[in-house]
Amino acid sequence: MRVSDFFKRLFRRHPFSCQVALFLLPFSLFPLIDKNVYHIDLMTSIGIYVLLAMGLNVVVGFAGLLNLGYAAFFAIGAYAYALLNLHAGCPFWLGLPAAGIVSMIFGLVIGAPSIRIRGDYLAITTLGFGEIVRIAFNNLDEWTGGPNGLLGIARPKIWVPRFEGGFHWETFSFSVNPTPYFYLVLGLVMFAAYLLFRMSDSKIGRALVAIREDELAASCMGVPVLKIKLTAFGLSAFIAGMAGAVFASKQTIVTPDSFDFVLSVLILAMVVLGGMGNIWGAALGALILGALPELLREFANYRMLLFGVMMVLMMIFRPQGILGSQLIRREMRTEKSE
Amino acid sequence: MSLFIQQLLNGLTIGMVYALIALGYTMVYGVIQLINFAHGDVFMVGAYLALTLIWAFAAVVTGAPFWVVLTALLLFGMAGCAVLGALIERVAYKPLRASPRLAALITSIGVSFFLQNAVMLIYGSKDQSVPEIIPHVRFEFHGVSFSLTQCVIFLTSIALMVFLTWFIQKTKLGKAMRACAENFEAANLMGISADRIIRVTFVMGSALAAVAGGLFGVYYGSINFHDGYLAGLKAFTAAVFGGIGSIPGAMVGGVLLGVLEGLGAAYLSSEWKDVFAFVILIAILLFKPSGILGENLPEKV
Repeated sequence: MRVSDFFKRLFRRHPFSCQVALFLLPFSLFPLIDKNVYHIDLMTSIGIYVLLAMGLNVVVGFAGLLNLGYAAFFAIGAYAYALLNLHAGCPFWLGLPAAGIVSMIFGLVIGAPSIRIRGDYLAITTLGFGEIVRIAFNNLDEWTGGPNGLLGIARPKIWVPRFEGGFHWETFSFSVNPTPYFYLVLGLVMFAAYLLFRMSDSKIGRALVAIREDELAASCMGVPVLKIKLTAFGLSAFIAGMAGAVFASKQTIVTPDSFDFVLSVLILAMVVLGGMGNIWGAALGALILGALPELLREFANYRMLLFGVMMVLMMIFRPQGILGSQLIRREMRTEKSE
Repeated sequence: MSLFIQQLLNGLTIGMVYALIALGYTMVYGVIQLINFAHGDVFMVGAYLALTLIWAFAAVVTGAPFWVVLTALLLFGMAGCAVLGALIERVAYKPLRASPRLAALITSIGVSFFLQNAVMLIYGSKDQSVPEIIPHVRFEFHGVSFSLTQCVIFLTSIALMVFLTWFIQKTKLGKAMRACAENFEAANLMGISADRIIRVTFVMGSALAAVAGGLFGVYYGSINFHDGYLAGLKAFTAAVFGGIGSIPGAMVGGVLLGVLEGLGAAYLSSEWKDVFAFVILIAILLFKPSGILGENLPEKV
């Protein structure tokens, strides 16, 4: 009885930490249960998708702004880490936040002018930006290696304390083995989920929902619309940038064609499927769409076809997504387009 | 100078194709304010339908004059795409008429993915070469050369644009379409069937895209299921350039975009050709979202 009281109180005091721990910590057992290296690698890739879906959800779900060039921010993060590492010898742990910040700066620079324009035009602007970034990485051969990309990006290193033969630090380098990456990505997902929960419960989060529901009313109530939208854009780009750095260090190679429009739409499909505006929804969508190709091996060719059909059906029959809120459902059903 | 005129002509040719696709975007946007993302893929389906008809012709009759084949392939593409356009509207967009724009836009991306991958599964992912059906005749003039194919593209496009302008301005259906674009609710109250007008808009836009697809395939001699994405995006740029919702705007925008792209590729860099269109698009959306000929529509409260 007392134990359950303790947990109740803990959950009430720290609802977000508890949720994150409850839903994500069990995944840390995955490599212990399933020793198949291929599966661990797959789960790591899905983890990167989860990060991206959570990041895109900030813009699409919370702010209601459609970003169709999200892969560009992922690409900028990956290239930023790759260039910093290859030219300046920047280690991973410094490169990770740096990639996020570079990507965020790009997000703010792109967002600042384009956020003023109407919703559906913003979608097309971001799409154009995404294409420009990809073509630029493809054509700037001197810096980015053109279509061949950048090779030999360093993997992360960690320092483990050792006590045998006197206390000293032993460096442990990540290798082809995906298990350390799995824990790295899991840690980042937990960090991002916690960050986003805190954000969605803060002034910014509430302001975002207000803007999504009725921009004019929100601005009349004193919500600084542009500033809040830009914050969402920057935060979303930051998460994508960090995901990009992890991706680059895991692949040790980045090429422009890993970041095409299909990836942007794939991430969007994850958010739509899981539920726009719902943090666990985005994660669930990424988990489902990431694992689906493995479960349906024999339908590999029909994968993208099914994504298309799924997006149409979701919008018609369940616009709020699998875990979507009633709020989004009502908005998506009754709000009359002008 | 001759390089300039040559590039101008080449740009005009591809600009005509962009203009034909842009008309579909602008008509749909004018009536229901939807960026029909799948429109570029309807264009691509039109190109594949034309290719299919060329194959069928080659298998059945030999030695038919080129204009017979050309007319047949354009009509076949138009019919096929008109049905496809009506079907897409009925299945994907009609249930979402009352939803916010975001939902319809996401749906149209879904339709676009579906069409691309359906074509990929049917025809394969490799480039398909389109047999040469228009005789290889070139007119030379002071170092500027102009092919018969380009001539055909010009004449067909201009004829269609004249027809469309007449249709929109003079016929009853055209007037009803304009009324819907002006004020949807008021038009409904005046007894104009909204469903019918929307269907007609999609059918006509898709048929125009099919013609553009057929001409594109014949001009470049090779098509791919990916082509619709880029061509669609450029045509959308053209529509925005001219002022979305405006029919003359789409024509002017398409031709201008084609010319700018042709000259940019010749004088600046061909590697960055595709970037020009996107830079123009973003610049116009940021600085003059009403485009060249569009009206300035304030956000409705």
